[in-house]
Amino acid sequence: MISPKLVEVGRHLNVNIITNSEIKSVEGEPGNFTVTLVNHPRYIDPVKCTGCGECAMHCPVTAVNSYNKGLDDRRATFIEYPQAVPLAFGIDTDTCIGCGLCENMCVAKAIRYDDTERESALTVGSIILAAGSQGYDPSKLDFLGYGKFANVVTSEEFERILSASGPYRGHLCRPLDREEPKKIAWLQCIGSRETNKCGNGYCSSVCCMYAVKEAMIAKEHAHGDLDCAIFNMDIRTFGKDYEKYYLRAKDKDGVRFIKSRVHTVVEIPETGDLTVRFVNEAGEILEETFSMVVLSVGLQVPETSKILAQQLGIELDKYSFVETDPFTPVSTSRKGVYTCGVFQGPKDIPGSITEASAAACAAGSDLAVARGTDTKVIEMPDQQDVTAETPRIGVFVCNCGINIGGVVNVPAVTEYAATLPFVAYTDQNLFTCSQDTQDKIKEKIIEHKLNRVVVASCSPKTHEQMFMETLEACGLNRYLFEMANIRNQNSWIHSKTPDIATQKAKDLVRMAVARSAMLKQLNEKVISVNKQALVIGGGVAGMNAALGLGKQGFQVALLEKDASLGGYSRMLHHTIEGGDIQKYLKDLIADVIAHDKIEVITGARVVDFSGYKGNFTTSVLVGPENKKRTIKHGIIIVATGAGEYTPKEYGFNQDPRVVTQVQLGDILEEKGAADLSSVVMIQCVGSRNEENENCSRICCQNAVKNALIIKKQNPEANVFVLYRDIRTYGLMEDFYKEARNLGVIFIRFEPENPPKVEPAAEGMMVTIKDHILQKNLEIRADLVTLSAGMVAEDTTELCGIMKFNRNPEGYFIEAHVKLRPVDMPGDGIFLCGTAHGPKLITEAIAQAQAAASRATTFLSKSEIKLSAITAQVDTEHCVKCLTCVRSCPFNVPVFNTEKQVIEIDEAICHGCGICAGVCPRQTIQLNYYEDDQILCKIDALLAGGM
Amino acid sequence: MEQVEPKIVAFLCNWCAYAGADLAGVSRLQHPSNMRTVRVMCSGRVDPLFIVEALKSGCDGVLVAG
Repeated sequence: MISPKLVEVGRHLNVNIITNSEIKSVEGEPGNFTVTLVNHPRYIDPVKCTGCGECAMHCPVTAVNSYNKGLDDRRATFIEYPQAVPLAFGIDTDTCIGCGLCENMCVAKAIRYDDTERESALTVGSIILAAGSQGYDPSKLDFLGYGKFANVVTSEEFERILSASGPYRGHLCRPLDREEPKKIAWLQCIGSRETNKCGNGYCSSVCCMYAVKEAMIAKEHAHGDLDCAIFNMDIRTFGKDYEKYYLRAKDKDGVRFIKSRVHTVVEIPETGDLTVRFVNEAGEILEETFSMVVLSVGLQVPETSKILAQQLGIELDKYSFVETDPFTPVSTSRKGVYTCGVFQGPKDIPGSITEASAAACAAGSDLAVARGTDTKVIEMPDQQDVTAETPRIGVFVCNCGINIGGVVNVPAVTEYAATLPFVAYTDQNLFTCSQDTQDKIKEKIIEHKLNRVVVASCSPKTHEQMFMETLEACGLNRYLFEMANIRNQNSWIHSKTPDIATQKAKDLVRMAVARSAMLKQLNEKVISVNKQALVIGGGVAGMNAALGLGKQGFQVALLEKDASLGGYSRMLHHTIEGGDIQKYLKDLIADVIAHDKIEVITGARVVDFSGYKGNFTTSVLVGPENKKRTIKHGIIIVATGAGEYTPKEYGFNQDPRVVTQVQLGDILEEKGAADLSSVVMIQCVGSRNEENENCSRICCQNAVKNALIIKKQNPEANVFVLYRDIRTYGLMEDFYKEARNLGVIFIRFEPENPPKVEPAAEGMMVTIKDHILQKNLEIRADLVTLSAGMVAEDTTELCGIMKFNRNPEGYFIEAHVKLRPVDMPGDGIFLCGTAHGPKLITEAIAQAQAAASRATTFLSKSEIKLSAITAQVDTEHCVKCLTCVRSCPFNVPVFNTEKQVIEIDEAICHGCGICAGVCPRQTIQLNYYEDDQILCKIDALLAGGM
Repeated sequence: MEQVEPKIVAFLCNWCAYAGADLAGVSRLQHPSNMRTVRVMCSGRVDPLFIVEALKSGCDGVLVAG
C-alpha cells in the first residue's frame, strides 16, 4: 500500500529527499528559515548506486536486521527494505570490517569508504515536523518474559512475521522452533495506559485495532484452526467503521476477547509454550497456555525527536508529544513550524495522513505569496507515434513479495507470456511497483523497442496510473498499457489452489496481451481550472476549510443552510482540555466574515449541479425569498456535519430527569453542579447497537468531561458511568484517570444486559449488574445522562443533486479509507468534519485544513488534463436515432440541430460507455474500451479453453 | 454424476463491482475460480452483443455486475 506513495514522492520533481541527515539548528523566522543539516556518511553514493544489490550479495559480514526487528540477518552493506526510496544501499560501519569486497564488486563505482560527515544548509519558508514514533520496548517489564522467552514477541515483530518480505517470508511461525502456532495470545496496553512501570499514561490509540487485524491475518495465514485471544481492559475500535471490523473478528471469525489484567507470562521449557496467568473480571485468577504471546506495544516519541524539539525550540508535553492547542492542532509553539502524525499525539494512519495534509495547508498558507516561484516542471519526452508499428509487447509479471509468487507459479506465467502473439519481452519482478523496477521497465522499453506494456500484478484501480506514467516517461502514449489483475482477483482469492491460480493467471495474461495489441494512442484534452472554491456547510469544519483556502489566496463561496454560521458547535461549551468552544467559534466566525476572499452565503439550498473537476456549476436558492444564485467553481469541499442522536431509549423525552450529554453540558454551564447529588451516565446510546453498529467516538470523552466538571464543582456528588468499553483514546486517557481518582465510578455492562432506568420516589432508579460483584446494583440518580451518539446530517436531497456516495449510516465515503481520507471518489471533491464520520472538534479542524490543502493541489494549477477515455461518434454512419441522448445519465450527447449531428463533449463525458453499449449501429466507440478491445479479451480467453 | 465446472465471463463495472472484486481479494474471501473478469468503465458499456459473443464462443455463463 505504501509503495505507490513512496514511488510518487521519489519521482516528484518538487520533493527533494534528503536521507541520513539530522537538523542541527534552525535560524530565522516564518517565510525565511535557515536550516543547518548534518549529513551522516552513507559510504555509498546514492546518485551512482543503482540498487542492484551486488555489494550486499558479496558482503561477508552478518548484522542484525533491525527492519525485521532483529528476527533475521542482513549484510553490513544493506538497504532497509525492498521498496525503499531512494533505492540506494549504505554501509553500516558498526559492523563493516572494511574488507573491500563491495568496492571491487560495484560496477557503478558508488562505494565511498572515505565518505565523511558533512554539514549543509537549506533555506525554507515553513517547517513540518513528522518525526513519527517508535514502539515501546517491553524488556523492562520482566513479568512478561520478553527477551527471555523466544515465543514472546512484540506486535511490531509479529507484523514482520506476517509480512511477505519479513523474516519467515510471510509464513506464520514462532521464533523458537519455526513451528506454526496453534494458539496465540495478544496482551493489550503494553507501554500504554500505565504510569507505574513505563510512565506512558496515554492510550496509544492504534493497538486494539492492529491486534484485531493481526489476529485476523494470522488466522488467514494458518493452515489449521488458529485460536486467537486478545487480553484487554477495553477494546477501543473507535474509528470510522472500525467497530464493524471488531464485530466481524469477534462474531464471525471467533477471535476471543478477554477482559482481564495479566499477571505473568511463564514459559513451559519442554515445549516453548507460554502460560498466561491473569485475573478476569470476576476477580478469579486463571491460567491458559498459548503457543505464542504477542505484546501489543504502544507508540512513544523516540529520544532523537526530543533532541530535535530542543534544537528547534519546540515545546513538548509531559509525554514528549508536541504541545498543540485543541483549536490549532498542527501548529507548534514556534511560529512557522508545524507538526503531524504521532509526534503530535498517538493516532492511526488516516489520522496521520489527514494531519499531514493539514500541516501542508498551514505551511502553504505562510508561503502563499511565493507559490510557484521555486518549482520545477516535468519535461516529458516527445511522444513517439507507434500507430504504424507492429505491436511489440513487454509483459512484466509481479511476485508482489509472496503475495502473488507464494501462490502463482510466476516463472511459469512469465514463460507462458513469452509464447503469446506480439510479445517481444517478458520479465518477472519482486515488486513491480518499486522505484527500481520502474527504472528497469523504462530501460527494457527502450532496449527492446517495446510499444505496448502489460503488467500482471495487483489492481489497475490502485496502480494503473503509476505504470502509465512510466510509459510516458519513455515517450510512449500512456494508453498503450494494460494490466492483468493476478493478485486481488487471483492469488488472494485462490490461495489454497496454486495450480488453478497459475492457470487463471495465464488466462488473465493472455487476455491482457490480446487487448494490449488492439490498443490505440489517445490524446488527453487540457482544460482550464476555475480558481474559485465552493464549501458546503458553515460549521467549524466548513469555516476552517474556507479559511484554509482563503489564506492560500483562493476565492471561496461558503454555503450554510441555516441563517447563521456555526453548525453543531453552537451547542457545545468546552473541549475536554478546557478550550472555550464558544469563544473560539465567535473568533472563527468573525475571521471568516472579515476575510476578503470568502463570501458567506447563509440560508442557502443547493438546487442544481453540473460540471466536472476544475469547472463545476452549482445553483443555490438563497434566503427566505429563494433568490437563485449560480456559482462557478473549480472544487467542492463537503462539510455538512452531524448532530446528536435523539434517544428512543431509557425514557428520554418522557422524563425531564433523563437528558443527553449535550443537555447536561448546558445544565452545567447554566446552573453548575451544586444541586446534583447523584448522576448516572449511560454510554453507547444510539451507538454500537443493531441500528448503528459503529462507535460514535466522542461520547466516552464527553462523559468523562462532564463527570469531571461535576466532581470538580461538587466533590460530594456521586457520578456513575455505565459503559461497555471506555474509549478515551490518545492523550484523553489522562482525563479518564483523573475522573477515577476524583471518585467517578465506572461500571461495565454487557449489551445483552443493559441498565434499567425507572422513575423512583426521589429522582430515578438505575439498576445494573456489576461484573465484579456479580450482583445487581441499584443507583439513585437526580439525573440520568445518556451519552447519545452522533448522527449524520440528512443530506439525501443534496446527494440526489450532487451524486455523492454515502455509507448506510449517512456519512460520506472517502476515496480511500487510509491513503485518501479527505478525498471523495469524484475528482475535485473533498470532505471534512463530522460529515465524514463522528469526530472531535480538534480532529474536525485538522481535517478541514487537510481538505483545503488537497483542494489547493487542484486550484494551484491553471490547467489540468482530462482522461482520454471518452465516447466518440462516427457521425457518418450515425442514423440519429437518439438512443444515446436518451440513455446517457449525464445528458452529454446532444443533437446539434444546425449541423444535424450527435455531439459528445469530451470535457463532460464521464467515459462510462453506456452510449456505446446501447447504440444499435455501433457508431459510438468508447476510447480505450472499443468493441474490438473488449471482444478480443473474450476471444482470447475462450480460445485458450479457460 | 460428474461435477460440471461452468466457464463464466464477468463484465464488472470499474467503479463498483470491479472494486468489490478487488476488495474480496483484500479480505481474502476464497471463491471458485471459474470466473474471468473483463473490466468495463460501466456495466452499461456491455453491449448485448458481447454477451452473445461470449456464449457463442463457448462460455457457459455471463455475469454483468455494476
